[in-house]
Amino acid sequence: MDYSKPVDAELFPEGCERCSLTKFMGWMSILGVIFLWGLYAAVRVLGFGLGETGMDDYFGFGLWITFDLAVIALGAGAFFTGALRYILNIDELKNIVNLAAVIGFLCYTGAMMILVLDIGQPIRCWFGYWYPNVHSMLTEVIFCITCYCIVLILEFVPLVLENRQLMKRPFIHALAHNFHVYMPIFAGIGAFLSTFHQGSLGGMYGVLFGRPYLFREGFFIWPWTFFLFVLSAVASGPMFTVLVCTLMEKMSGRKLVSWEVKQLMGKVGGTMLIVYTIFKCLDSWYWATDLLAGQGLTFDQMFHGWIYGKWLFWMEHAFLIIPMVVLLIKSLREKPWIFYLMLFLTCASITINRYVLTVQGLAQPVMPFDSWYAYAPNWAEWASCFLVFAYAAMVLSLAYRYTPMFPQEAELNKK
Amino acid sequence: MSSEVKEFKIRWGMVIDIDKCTGCGACMVACQAENNVAPAVDGSNKLRSLNWLTVFRLSNHKPFPDHEVAYLPRPCMQCGKPSCVSVCPVIATDKREEGGIVSQIPPRCIGCRYCMASCPYHARYFNWYDPKWPGDLAQALTPDVSTRMRGVVEKCSFCHHRFMKAQEAAVAKGQDPMNLPDGAYITACTEACPNGAITFGDLNNPTHKVHELIKSPYAFRLLERLGTDPQVYYISKREWVRREGDNYLEHEKTGEATKQG
Repeated sequence: MDYSKPVDAELFPEGCERCSLTKFMGWMSILGVIFLWGLYAAVRVLGFGLGETGMDDYFGFGLWITFDLAVIALGAGAFFTGALRYILNIDELKNIVNLAAVIGFLCYTGAMMILVLDIGQPIRCWFGYWYPNVHSMLTEVIFCITCYCIVLILEFVPLVLENRQLMKRPFIHALAHNFHVYMPIFAGIGAFLSTFHQGSLGGMYGVLFGRPYLFREGFFIWPWTFFLFVLSAVASGPMFTVLVCTLMEKMSGRKLVSWEVKQLMGKVGGTMLIVYTIFKCLDSWYWATDLLAGQGLTFDQMFHGWIYGKWLFWMEHAFLIIPMVVLLIKSLREKPWIFYLMLFLTCASITINRYVLTVQGLAQPVMPFDSWYAYAPNWAEWASCFLVFAYAAMVLSLAYRYTPMFPQEAELNKK
Repeated sequence: MSSEVKEFKIRWGMVIDIDKCTGCGACMVACQAENNVAPAVDGSNKLRSLNWLTVFRLSNHKPFPDHEVAYLPRPCMQCGKPSCVSVCPVIATDKREEGGIVSQIPPRCIGCRYCMASCPYHARYFNWYDPKWPGDLAQALTPDVSTRMRGVVEKCSFCHHRFMKAQEAAVAKGQDPMNLPDGAYITACTEACPNGAITFGDLNNPTHKVHELIKSPYAFRLLERLGTDPQVYYISKREWVRREGDNYLEHEKTGEATKQG
C-alpha cells in the first residue's frame, strides 16, 4: 500500500489526485452541520405546518418557489448540454456533460425536496397524478418534473457505476456500458420533458389573468412566458454549469475542463442569450406600454418603495444586455474574469426574473384600495434552502472524489 | 375546469349597497361562526387571519372637510370566469354545480396555493396551522360545515350548506328545488347585516330582488375589466367609490372601460 496517497485512493478516478480523507471529511462535516440546520427547519415545517415560515395569505409563494424556479432554470444545462452532446453529436461537450447531468440531478432533486416542504399537504402529492386538471399549467409541471427527475437519476447512475472499483465487476461494467448506449434516448426524453416543464413554469405565471404584473397575452402566442422560460433556461443552464465547474477548479486547485470547452459552453449559452434578450425586451416593452394600459394600470404602479422598486426591473434587463454584448466581442470573452463575470450576471438576471415574477407579482395590489405589503423569508425558509445547498455540495463532492466526472482531468493536470 | 365563462340557469349572487354599510363587521362575525372558521393563532397578523369575508376601508383621499370613507365587504366573488379554478392542479376547486358557486374541496386540496396567487381579490385563505377552538368553542361548531385541516386553502362558499337545506325544504314541501323563492336561501352575512346592505338571490331569476338591483346605474363589480365576471355586485351613488372598484387610467371615466371591454 502506498502511504503517500489518501487511504481511499483506490476509489479515485484513474490518474486523478484528491485531497486527504481527513481534509475531505472535515469539509463534509461543515456541510453536514449546515444540512442538519436545514433538516431541523424542515422537520419543524412538516411537524407544525407552514405557519413556521414567513409566508402569509398575500404571499402564498415566496423564497421557496423563487428558489425552485431559479435552480430548475440553472439546472437546465443538463438537458440542453445532453441534447447537444448525444443528439446533435457535439463531441467536445462530452468533457462537461457529466457535470451538467449531476448539476441537473441536484437541482431537480433539491427542488423536489423544497416542494415537499412547500405544499401544505405533502402526503397528497400523488393527487397531481390521480386527479389531474388538464387545464392547469401546474399539472403539466408536476408530471414533467417528476418524470424528468427519473431521467436525471438514469443519467447519474452510469457515472456512479463508472467508479474504478465498481467497474472491476463484469456485470456493473456491462451495465454502465449499456447505459451509455441508451444515453441518446434518455437525452431525447429529457429534452422533451424539460422543454415542456420549463415552459409550463413560465406559463404558470403568464396565465394568471387576475394578476396584471404577470399576465401575458396577445403578442406572439398566449401565454408567451412559456417560451421566455424555455429560452432563459437554455441560456443560463450551460453558463451555470461552467461557473460550477470553475468553482470546483478553484476549490480543488486542479484543472477539470479545458478553456476551449468552457468557451464552447459560453457560445451555446450566449447564442441562446441573444434570442432570450431580444424576446424579453420585447415582452417588457409590450407589457409596459400595452398590456398594463389595457387593464387601467401604468408601469409606475407596478413598483413601490425600495424593496419593490424599479431598480430590480432595470437590473434584470441590464444583466441580460451587458453579457449579451460583451460575449459577442471576442477580445473580451477570451479574458477569463470577464467571461465568468458575464456568465454570473446572466444567471443573476434569471434569478431576479424568477424572484420578481414570484414575489413582486404577488405584492402588487390589484384592487385599487388594497395596499403593498412586504414579504421577508424567515430563518426556516433560508435554512431549508441551505439544506439543499449542503446536500448538493455533499453529493457533488462525493461525485468529484470517486467518479470519473471529468474525462479531461488526468490529461490537463499531467506534471 | 377551463377558464371560460360558464352559463348556469341559476346564478346565485350578492348585491352589497356600500352606502348602507357602516363597517360594523357583523357580516364577518356571522360568517366566521356559521362556517366554522378557526380563530387565528395571532389575530394581530391580518395577513394570516382566516376571514372568508373581509371588510375593506375605502377612502377618497381628500383632506378635511371633504374627506369621506366607505366600507366594502369582500366575500368570494364566485367569478363566472374564475382565475382559481383553471389553475388548480388537482381539481380541488371547481365551478360546475347549478347556481354557479365556486366549490372548494379541502380533502382534495394539496395546499400548493396556486389558486391564492391567481385570485386578485385575495378571497382565498390558507390554514397555516392546525385549526384550534379554545375552551368550549368547539361545542358551538356548525354541524353542517366541515372543519378544514392544516395545509389546505379555504374560501367563502356562499354558505353552500344553506343552499342544500333550502333545496331539501323545498322538496319536502313539494316545491321545485331548482326554483327557490326569493329569500328561501340566503347567506349568514346577508342575514346578519343590521342595515340590510347585503341582498342575496338568483341573479337570473326575475322574481328575485337582486335581478333588478344589478340593473342600477350605480351598480358595479370589482375589477371587472380583468374579465373575471364576478357574481357579487356593489352599489354606490358616490362616484369615487365606484371608481375604487376598478383600475382606471387618469383620462378614463368610471365604468367606461368595463362597458367597452
